[in-house]
Amino acid sequence: MAEAQNIPVGSTTAGSIAVAAESTVATRMSAPPSFDVADFPVPHGREEEWRFTPLERLRGLHDGTAVATGSGLKVEVEAPEGVTVETVGRDDARLGKAGTPVDRIAAQAYSSFEKASVVTVPKEKVLETPIRIAVHGEGGVAFGHQVIELGAFAEAVVVIDHTGDAVLAANVDYILGDGAKLTVVSIQDWDEKSVHVAQHNALVGRDASFKSVVVTFGGDLVRLHPRVQYAGTGGEAELFGLYFTDKGQHQEHRLLVDHNTPHCKSNVAYKGALQGDDAHAVWIGDVLIEAKAEGTDTYEMNRNLVLTDGARVDSVPNLEIETGEIVGAGHASATGRFDDEQLFYLMARGIQEHDARRLVVRGFFAELVQQIGVDDIEERLIAKIEEELEAAVG
Amino acid sequence: MATLEIRDLHVTVEADNSTKEILKGVDLTVKQGETHAIMGPNGSGKSTLAYSLAGHPKYTITSGTVTLDGEDVLEMSVDERARAGLFLAMQYPVEVPGVSVSNFLRTSATAIRGEAPKLRTWVKEVKEAMERLSIDPSFAERNVNEGFSGGEKKRHEILQLELLKPKVAILDETDSGLDVDALRVVSEGVNRVRETGEVGTLLITHYTRILRYIKPDYVHVFSAGRIVESGGAELADKLENEGYEAYTKGGASA
Ligand SMILES: Nc1ncnc2c1ncn2[C@@H]1O[C@H](COP(=O)(O)OP(=O)(O)O)[C@@H](O)[C@H]1O
Ligand SMILES: [Mg+2]
Repeated sequence: MAEAQNIPVGSTTAGSIAVAAESTVATRMSAPPSFDVADFPVPHGREEEWRFTPLERLRGLHDGTAVATGSGLKVEVEAPEGVTVETVGRDDARLGKAGTPVDRIAAQAYSSFEKASVVTVPKEKVLETPIRIAVHGEGGVAFGHQVIELGAFAEAVVVIDHTGDAVLAANVDYILGDGAKLTVVSIQDWDEKSVHVAQHNALVGRDASFKSVVVTFGGDLVRLHPRVQYAGTGGEAELFGLYFTDKGQHQEHRLLVDHNTPHCKSNVAYKGALQGDDAHAVWIGDVLIEAKAEGTDTYEMNRNLVLTDGARVDSVPNLEIETGEIVGAGHASATGRFDDEQLFYLMARGIQEHDARRLVVRGFFAELVQQIGVDDIEERLIAKIEEELEAAVG
Repeated sequence: MATLEIRDLHVTVEADNSTKEILKGVDLTVKQGETHAIMGPNGSGKSTLAYSLAGHPKYTITSGTVTLDGEDVLEMSVDERARAGLFLAMQYPVEVPGVSVSNFLRTSATAIRGEAPKLRTWVKEVKEAMERLSIDPSFAERNVNEGFSGGEKKRHEILQLELLKPKVAILDETDSGLDVDALRVVSEGVNRVRETGEVGTLLITHYTRILRYIKPDYVHVFSAGRIVESGGAELADKLENEGYEAYTKGGASA
């Protein structure tokens, strides 16, 4: 698979790749950020931030017709000693500190949730085992708000596992105190009818490290919007993602790293495999280096492996640089067909087609799977990839 | 004794919406223990022959037969051919990102041998084979062919040849792009396999240089999609002195 540096067009692709002609971070949004849904017009589908999303499949999350069903979403938090887990009301001062909704559905979620969940790791507390948050849909419509806050020098791994059948709109805030280290693995392993739209806001403290691993397999429509801002110098953000988009699924990952503070780093790497008719993956990677953000070091990459005809990829990396005083900035995007030459090479060594395909696809995802650092999740992912491939071969 | 028989092989490829015949009736018999050099100018169809024997999907066999010990090779899938004992060392080995050399070698050895090699003896076997080919042990953890130099790729091909022990080995320009040291190491590897007497070798090359290290029993001149002359090792000397000109001008239509 050819990789095009800076000119983000894969050389051999079954999907299509859209390339932003010029910077659109600022102009992409149809309204300024706001917590109030009334500040956003109902999207009609041609807006820059909605043009890839099939609105008719959002089950009314975008136009106010989706109404919370009360029960319908079960959330269980399993946290090691020393971690505080609270359910709080709308007026809790800790909500909404990491970022403001930037589109209508995020604002709808913020305007509609009844109770929020706040998970706090006190300062200097280093957790040995992950915090696990199981979000299970039981067939209803839900609006959620989740806050995860780490005090200074705290260290934690959080696994958020989405399963079941749900229509969910949510905001998730990650607040990292100075020197804190947070790894969040968000798995979207929904049943096939689910719709999940969420904005993730990370606020990375001085010298803190944030690592996000987004894994999307299931759902009818998943649209996630991980965003990062820095609250002090020396912060680091790594945003990794894996998706496996099947027949008919729409999986959209829109990222923004806002280098609003000097001497911070970011590294974005998302990889996806697609198979089946009308499998549609969208990846938008916005990196903004503000004029004051001297010493920024950033790189973003998206790669897609198209396993069958009929799948479509829109991959739009977009780097906007307002200062020349940076350490480094780069981006790459490539979309390629499954490489028949690789398959031939492996088969010419006696390996059966089925096993050869598995080797190649596992290989494609390997470098990202290794980044997760939670053994049972890595194993589950590998098993899941195998399962998806089994389905593909059939 | 294993025998590969190629009879009147015709092969086409699809290029720019047209079908082009590349192989125009190849006849060749390679027996276990024998080494046949196939020499010919660029574009004469040598790699097409190699790929067609291995079953590459881009090449269409329009007529002719290929059998290995009487079994119809053309009926077999690519992996079946390999398991039947055919091995192709490629002119341009393919990079496989994310798949380590050690995983790849073990997976293919398991497929070819029909069972997973015992881990202890396997590790030793690979280590020793790598040493003999001057391949650094760190290559075991690298991704297959990714970032390998031309010479490293070729040594990696011969490593597989040594480990997989085929009945018939087709070496497609294993010598091209190698410096003298690498050529010697690679040739020694091929000779170790030949000396077992268990393999028939089809040594495809553009240059006579490699024949100083690997002595063929037969030399065939390949031109415009077929063998136009066959002889013993002395034919290589003639090619060395006279080049392919006699064959490319009219000789090919004989
Ligand atoms: N996959 C292919 N698609 C189109 N043309 C091909 C392909 N493979 C080989 N050819 C053509 O067939 C001819 C012989 O090529 P090749 O077998 O590579 O020759 P050699 O190995 O002797 O240099 C050349 O004209 C080449 O362009
Ligand atoms: Mg060739």
